Amino acid sequence: MLQLDAEALYAQLRQGVRALLGAGAPDAVLVGIWSGGAWLAERLHADLQRPGKAGVISSALHRDDFGSRGLAAGADATQLPFEIEGRHIVLVDDVLYTGRTIRAAINELYDFGRPASVTLAVLVDRGGRELPIEAACAAARIALPATQMLALARDGDGRLHFTVEEKA
Amino acid sequence: MLNRRNPQLNQHGELIHLLSIEGLPRAVLTQILDTAGTFLSVNEREVKKVPLLRGKSVFNLFFENSTRTRTTFEIAAKRLSADVLNLDIARSSTAKGESLLDTISNLSAMHADMFVVRHGESGAPHLIAQHCAPHVHVVNAGDGRHAHPTQGLLDMYTIRHYKRDFSQLSVAVVGDIVHSRVARSDIHGLTILGVPDIRAVGPKTLVPGDLAQMGVRVCHDMAEGIRDADVIIMLRLQNERMSGAMLPSAGEFFKSYGLTPEKLALAKPDAIVMHPGPINRGVEIDSAVADGRQSVILPQVTFGIAVRMAVMSTIAGNQA
Repeated sequence: MLQLDAEALYAQLRQGVRALLGAGAPDAVLVGIWSGGAWLAERLHADLQRPGKAGVISSALHRDDFGSRGLAAGADATQLPFEIEGRHIVLVDDVLYTGRTIRAAINELYDFGRPASVTLAVLVDRGGRELPIEAACAAARIALPATQMLALARDGDGRLHFTVEEKA
Repeated sequence: MLNRRNPQLNQHGELIHLLSIEGLPRAVLTQILDTAGTFLSVNEREVKKVPLLRGKSVFNLFFENSTRTRTTFEIAAKRLSADVLNLDIARSSTAKGESLLDTISNLSAMHADMFVVRHGESGAPHLIAQHCAPHVHVVNAGDGRHAHPTQGLLDMYTIRHYKRDFSQLSVAVVGDIVHSRVARSDIHGLTILGVPDIRAVGPKTLVPGDLAQMGVRVCHDMAEGIRDADVIIMLRLQNERMSGAMLPSAGEFFKSYGLTPEKLALAKPDAIVMHPGPINRGVEIDSAVADGRQSVILPQVTFGIAVRMAVMSTIAGNQA
C-alpha cells in the first residue's frame, strides 16, 4: 500500500514554489485548481506572504468529457480577484495525471485575458500523461496504475492527507 | 430509453428533455437554478462563451412567433458555442402541408442535436421528443396553453435571487391565468420548490376553477389577492388568445386588476414585481410600477439567458 505524507510533501512544494516565485516574476500570482489545488494555493499564499488573495479556477466548463459525463462539479468556483492580462501565473494543483484538467484550466484562464506566462506546480505527479503538459515543480513523482484514484482531502483543522481508491 | 413515468428523465432520473416543470423532482429544479448561477458569471467575462456545446447544432423551431424568447434561446446557445439555426417554420414547410413529424425527420437528417420548440398546440414538443433519435434533446419553448418551462424556471431563479428561500413566501399570480402557460409552469415550479402560499388572482372568466386542487388559493378580488405578498407575477392580457367576450374591455380590466402603485402598496414593502413580457402598459401594469424600484422585469430577461444556458447544457450532458 502506497504511503504519501501530504504534509511533508506540502513543505517541499512550498520550497519549490518559493523558488519559482523568486526566479524573476515578483508580481506572479498563485491560482489553485478547484478543489484540492485551491486549498494548496490558499495555504501557499499565506505561508509565502503574498499580497492580496490567491485565485481559484475551475476546469468544469472546459472539460473534454462533458459529452459523456455532463457538467462537472465546481463549475462556479472560478474566482480571480486580479487582472489576468499580462500577468505571470503559477497554477497549483494536487495531482497531475493525464494533463486534461490542466488543459481545461488553462482554457478557462484565457477566458479572462492573455497571461504573460503560465507555470505549473503540483504536490504529486503520478505519470500517465495524455497531453504534452509538465509541471515546473512537483513535490513527488510516482507511478500509479490506472486502476487507482489518488485524491487530496482536507480535514476540519486544515491538515491535508491523500486517499487512494480502487476504481470501480 | 425514455423513462416510462416521465419522458423528460432517463433511467437514472437525469433530465434529457425539458418539456414541462410538472412532475420534475425538486433536486432537478434546484440543480438547474444552481447551474444558472454559474452561467450568470460567464456573461461578465472577457470571453462570454464556454465550449460545452461546441460542434452541436441547435435548431430553433418556432411554429408560433416570439422574438424575445427565440432571441434569448439563440444567445444562450451561442454562449455555449453551439451552432444555431432559426427556422421560420410558420412561413415554410408547414405552410406547404408537411406534417410536424416529417419536418422533424428532415431536420434530424441535417444532424440536429437539439430542438427548441414553440408550438401553438399543447403537447407538440412532447410528440417530437418521442419521435426523435435518442441523442437528440428537446426543449419546450412554449406549447399552447400547456407549459413554458424555461420561463417558469427563470421566474424561480428570479424569486430565489431576491428572496433566497422559498419556504416562507406568499406569491400572487395575477391576470389572465386561464390562457397562460407561464402561469401553469410558475405554479408547478412554486409548488415543487415548497412555496406555502400561492394565489391566483383574476376575474372568474380568466381563472380556471380547478386550481384549488393544485393547492392554489383563487382570489377574484385584487386587494385580497396581493395583500402581504412577497412576489407579484403579473401576466400579459393575451388579446390574441381571447375569442369571444371574456372581458368587457381592457380599460375595465386595468381598473380592477391592473397593478398600480396604490394596489402595490398592499403587498409587503419589499415585494418584487415580475412580468414575463411583453408588457402592456396601462392594461395589466401601470408604467410607474413597471419602471419602479420594485420591478425586476428587466433582470428577469438577463437571468433568462443564464437559465436557458443551464437547461441546454444540463440536458445535452445527459444520455438518453
